[in-house]
Amino acid sequence: MQTLYDKLWAQHVVDTGSNGADSMALLYIDRHLVHEVTSPQAFESLKIAGRKPWRISSILAVADHNVPTTGRDQGIGDPTSRLQVETLDQNCDELGITEFKMNDQRQGIVHVIGPEQGATLPGMTVVCGDSHTSTHGAFGCLAFGIGTSEVEHVLATQCLLAKKSKSMRIVVEGKLGLGVTAKDIALAIIGKIGTAGGTGYAIEFAGSAIRALTMEGRMTLCNMAIEAGARAGMVAVDETTIQYIQGRPFAPQGELWDKAVAYWRTLHSDPDAVFDQTVNLEAAGIRPQVTWGTSPEMVTTVDGVVPDPNDVLEDIKRQDMEQALKYMGLQPNTPIQSITLDKVFIGSCTNSRIEDLRAAAEVVKGKHVASTIKLALVVPGSGLVKYQAEQEGLDKIFQAAGFEWREPGCSMCLAMNDDRLSKGERCASTSNRNFEGRQGPGGRTHLVSPAMAAAAAIAGHFVDVSQLSLS
Amino acid sequence: MEKFRTFTGVVAPLDRANVDTDAIIPKQFLKSIKRSGFGRNLFDEWRYLDHGEPEMDVTQRQLNPDFILNRPRYTSAQILLARDNFGCGSSREHAPWALQDYGFKVILAPSFADIFFNNCFKIGLLPIVQEGKIIDQLFHEVNETEGYALAVDLEKQILTTPSNAHFSFEVDAFRKHCLLNGLDEIGLTLQHAEKIKQFEQKRREEQPWLFS
Ligand code: SF4
Repeated sequence: MQTLYDKLWAQHVVDTGSNGADSMALLYIDRHLVHEVTSPQAFESLKIAGRKPWRISSILAVADHNVPTTGRDQGIGDPTSRLQVETLDQNCDELGITEFKMNDQRQGIVHVIGPEQGATLPGMTVVCGDSHTSTHGAFGCLAFGIGTSEVEHVLATQCLLAKKSKSMRIVVEGKLGLGVTAKDIALAIIGKIGTAGGTGYAIEFAGSAIRALTMEGRMTLCNMAIEAGARAGMVAVDETTIQYIQGRPFAPQGELWDKAVAYWRTLHSDPDAVFDQTVNLEAAGIRPQVTWGTSPEMVTTVDGVVPDPNDVLEDIKRQDMEQALKYMGLQPNTPIQSITLDKVFIGSCTNSRIEDLRAAAEVVKGKHVASTIKLALVVPGSGLVKYQAEQEGLDKIFQAAGFEWREPGCSMCLAMNDDRLSKGERCASTSNRNFEGRQGPGGRTHLVSPAMAAAAAIAGHFVDVSQLSLS
Repeated sequence: MEKFRTFTGVVAPLDRANVDTDAIIPKQFLKSIKRSGFGRNLFDEWRYLDHGEPEMDVTQRQLNPDFILNRPRYTSAQILLARDNFGCGSSREHAPWALQDYGFKVILAPSFADIFFNNCFKIGLLPIVQEGKIIDQLFHEVNETEGYALAVDLEKQILTTPSNAHFSFEVDAFRKHCLLNGLDEIGLTLQHAEKIKQFEQKRREEQPWLFS
């Protein structure tokens, strides 16, 4: 009896125990996604070694981390960012790799465009030189982030040397409360198991609350698996998965479609499959989440308070908390809802899909961003998400409320372009990492869902969206 | 890749859990399209008092005297002693590149993030997992003794302290083999090119939609 992970793994093993390595398997890679930051050194080494990519058609490339979100027609101002993007363009042109260039409507964050194009399919192995590759596991595939040496290895051999992880099942049963989203499930899980709780594991998310999620929600959840320490997160294939994929540009059609769907329906854990570990959560008990510290596990509920390090017995943990509170400029026992903000960022591969934008727009509709907020940004995950949102008039709603409506990319999720926090600025962000300096040196990040970020922009401080939606 | 040889190196203690790759090498330095030169910006935000950008001359920048690697007794350190979940966060190989370029050869911690751990081996940097109790003891000894150095024998999988205490450590057999011999993994994998082709062919027949 196999878990979903066992099935996906077994499907891709080319060789075990090669080179005297009994613990490492040679795993075949179906889809290789490439972006500008982690690939230049790989392409260069490949060239120096006189090697060629093994299977060009498996690769899809896009520049997302460095691209500006305004004034694209003028190109990229920052010369180092420009060089990196141009290097990707050059490498792709030279080798004949499919790339969505910066001004292509299909351009966007690599983890948004893969699924959007149907380039991510159930049963695949999907890799990318980016830790949030776990996102694609939402489609019942084995997707994980790799380093640059591995990018080169996949380019050259279509394979990776990998060690099988242990398996963890996280079961969320029941119905989510009003205003509670996949992002809140993800943060609640990380709050429970910690940022290293999933280290060494591949996580399968299961249970009625997960099955009830849309594909967007499942992607949000799998995206954050890496923040729980797990390289891969996944959800079994069901009707929701299949419906999402149908008709997308890279998806099979006709007879092949039927054949593919028949296979995809087998991609779930067998009823009596055994997991190395199981974690259970009650959906009804999950409240909107807000992080207060500098690690995603430093999280509490919107009706909670900033915790007190003095309540913690372990020295290292206490010191970490003290350090985090100092960096965040927060006092213990401060009610979360009294924390005021300077900026709001709605975007990133966690929460920049159409459903996320709709949820945020619903909250801001007919209202205005608080006068104390210096900047409220909406950065769609791709050009196609942006287009769809504009068709629905969401851009107008955001702009009327005082939000800026930008071009797609990673933007203020990691602040490699011009969108960033200044020292000491506090931001409600729908991204996935609240590490020190992540959104700009000295910047302070609170991770929340899109609806929570939108509500905070309007109020100028955190508010409980579950109360808003009731009124 | 250079062969990993037995060596004795000074240990620097970084007493913080969950050190992420953003802290190891901040994003503004990831814009480089090269593999080298990241060492001077290792832990940039902790190491310097001013904000760093790639084009800055680090000799003109203000060092943070409180940061552990800036203490004179640790300037020649080759072994980094760290806490739980070291290297969490992004998959950037720039993090191991920066540690190696700075001069580290070994990182010791009770646990590592998966991708970081994996990336280290690819470039010949050795991450060693040791029990929390032993790590605590090492932190204590390093703080007590200036010039504290550990001998690392990868072949025998043993660490030796200045007082001649030995600690064995685990390492995957294949990774050890690659490190000791400085092997190129791609070359090794390509020895199986025929097998890969056969596998691919079979896959193409069974799931043709993956190849269109
Ligand atoms: S949006 Fe953020 S987390 Fe996602 S790929 Fe871009 S930088 Fe990484």
